[in-house]
Amino acid sequence: MDTDMKVERTAHRRIVPESDMPPPIKPSPEHETLRARLEDFSFYYSNGFQAIKHVDMPILDRKVTAIIGPSGCGKSTLLRSINRMHDLYPGNRYEGRIILEPEGENLIGKGADPVIVRLRVGMVFQKPNPFPKSIYENVAAGLRVRGVKDRHVIDEAVETALRRAAVWDETKDKLKGSASDLSGGQQQRLCIARALAPNPEILLLDEPTSALDPIATAKIEDLIQELSDSVTIVIVTHNMQQAARISHRTAFMYIGELIEFGDTNQIFTNPRHPRTESYITGRYG
Amino acid sequence: MALTTKGNLGPGRTEQSAFDAVHSAKRKDLWFAAGGLFVLAIAMSLLFTLIGDLIIRGTQYIDYDFMTSYPSRLPERAGILSAWVGSLLVMLVTAFLAVPVGIAAGLYLEEYARKGWFSDFIEINVSNLAGVPSIIYGLLALGMFVYGMGLGQTILVAGMTLALLILPIVIVSTREAVRSIPQIVKEGAYGIGADQWQVMWNYIIPAARPGIMTGAIVGLSRAIGETAPLITIGALTFIAFLPSPPVTGEFPFISFAWLHDGFTVLPIQMFNWVSRPQPEFHIAAAATGVVLIALTFSLNGIAIWIRYRLRKQHRN
Repeated sequence: MDTDMKVERTAHRRIVPESDMPPPIKPSPEHETLRARLEDFSFYYSNGFQAIKHVDMPILDRKVTAIIGPSGCGKSTLLRSINRMHDLYPGNRYEGRIILEPEGENLIGKGADPVIVRLRVGMVFQKPNPFPKSIYENVAAGLRVRGVKDRHVIDEAVETALRRAAVWDETKDKLKGSASDLSGGQQQRLCIARALAPNPEILLLDEPTSALDPIATAKIEDLIQELSDSVTIVIVTHNMQQAARISHRTAFMYIGELIEFGDTNQIFTNPRHPRTESYITGRYG
Repeated sequence: MALTTKGNLGPGRTEQSAFDAVHSAKRKDLWFAAGGLFVLAIAMSLLFTLIGDLIIRGTQYIDYDFMTSYPSRLPERAGILSAWVGSLLVMLVTAFLAVPVGIAAGLYLEEYARKGWFSDFIEINVSNLAGVPSIIYGLLALGMFVYGMGLGQTILVAGMTLALLILPIVIVSTREAVRSIPQIVKEGAYGIGADQWQVMWNYIIPAARPGIMTGAIVGLSRAIGETAPLITIGALTFIAFLPSPPVTGEFPFISFAWLHDGFTVLPIQMFNWVSRPQPEFHIAAAATGVVLIALTFSLNGIAIWIRYRLRKQHRN
């Protein structure tokens, strides 16, 4: 680790005492810790197509960061890079750095094991994909993978995760029942519980409500806002209102580039870049 | 407004040509379905005639004595004891060799092997091997196992030969079963931080199990009816003794001596009797055929049952 990077990192970590903190729900950058950052990050698919071009972006600790942009802009590709999902398919290539704070470890560095990355960064997919097992086993899956054997520990972690994902009341009486018998919205909250159970450092949500009806969507949005007190969330969404409602920071992407990144209020009320403005006012996308 | 009670819907504001196009397509539907049904009826009636004939001739011949007697030159004393025991033991060896190796190879090729020209080359060859005439396998086994390795004309060699024969079937069906698992399930499993081995063991194999088991059993039910490769390696056609028993009276109570015994199997016994001039032997052959078909059907039945059970279980 070279020295100037260290300096830069400490510069991001200005922690102000609690008493000086203003009350707003979405505080300004000076009061925030960094959880991860992308530095000059690019991504190439196996066919040579560069889907992400030189992105620099911070991910704040225990805040919701939304990535928006028109279809094909690379927002899902970017999200899936953060837990190395692209490594499942041969030929894909990352460039630059994705640095996890405060350790300063590069997730895509040489020798960084994608399996270890996924132990630390959890993910929820676009379509609810519970495993064909019981509700209990779905939530316990992450712990079992990590070699947890103690039944009491697993029992407790399953309950905590289901409560955090706001799906405990609907499932507590049928934990041994099949996960596929739940409704789509419940399945997606179960998938969130599954990702939360091993306490990930970052939770990635890839358009988690695009397959759900408005009521189920509202529940998940509430849940994301509650979770943001305790876990760092990065969410990709097609729905601009959703980004405006639930995120603290918004990144706007266009054809693989990060056009604008900033406070969600600022992006939606006073975008600096004309492209961002025309996107959020519905001129394309 | 008058209510039309006639069932036929007119074209309304649709173009007449579009209306006609649908009608002509519907006529083709009808012709195609009728043709299919006709061909199906011919095929099924042929099959049922054949099997029915076999059953009518053969069934009366099957009794306790037939199942527990050795072949004899007197038709009324002839039985299939050595043949069905031989078939059973050969199948046992085949299953033990082909199923684990085939499943492991299929999983390796689908999940672990790096995709490239070499894996493509192997894939094409495995698929081609599934179509190689079985007698070629017999020649291979004769050259390699019987003479090359000096294993002789034994149950072990027969099992190895049939294992080679059905290996491509098991490999291909394992790969198909693994490939049919939705990518989203695999990504979910990797997403919780599972390693490749954990994903394969805990998610891929359980989801692919119905397909894998079906492939294995279909392979075995093909092997049980194979005659040519076993004749090629020199299976005996007349055997009046049983292989040495696998369980013995003295320590260590299990014996593998039967692996090195000579053998015959049901289809060879049947072939042998069909080529005899006496009509009584032809009936004995029909009876053997009934036993063979019953075995094959029950293997297929087990495959269907397993697939059904596992699919239901897997959903829950």
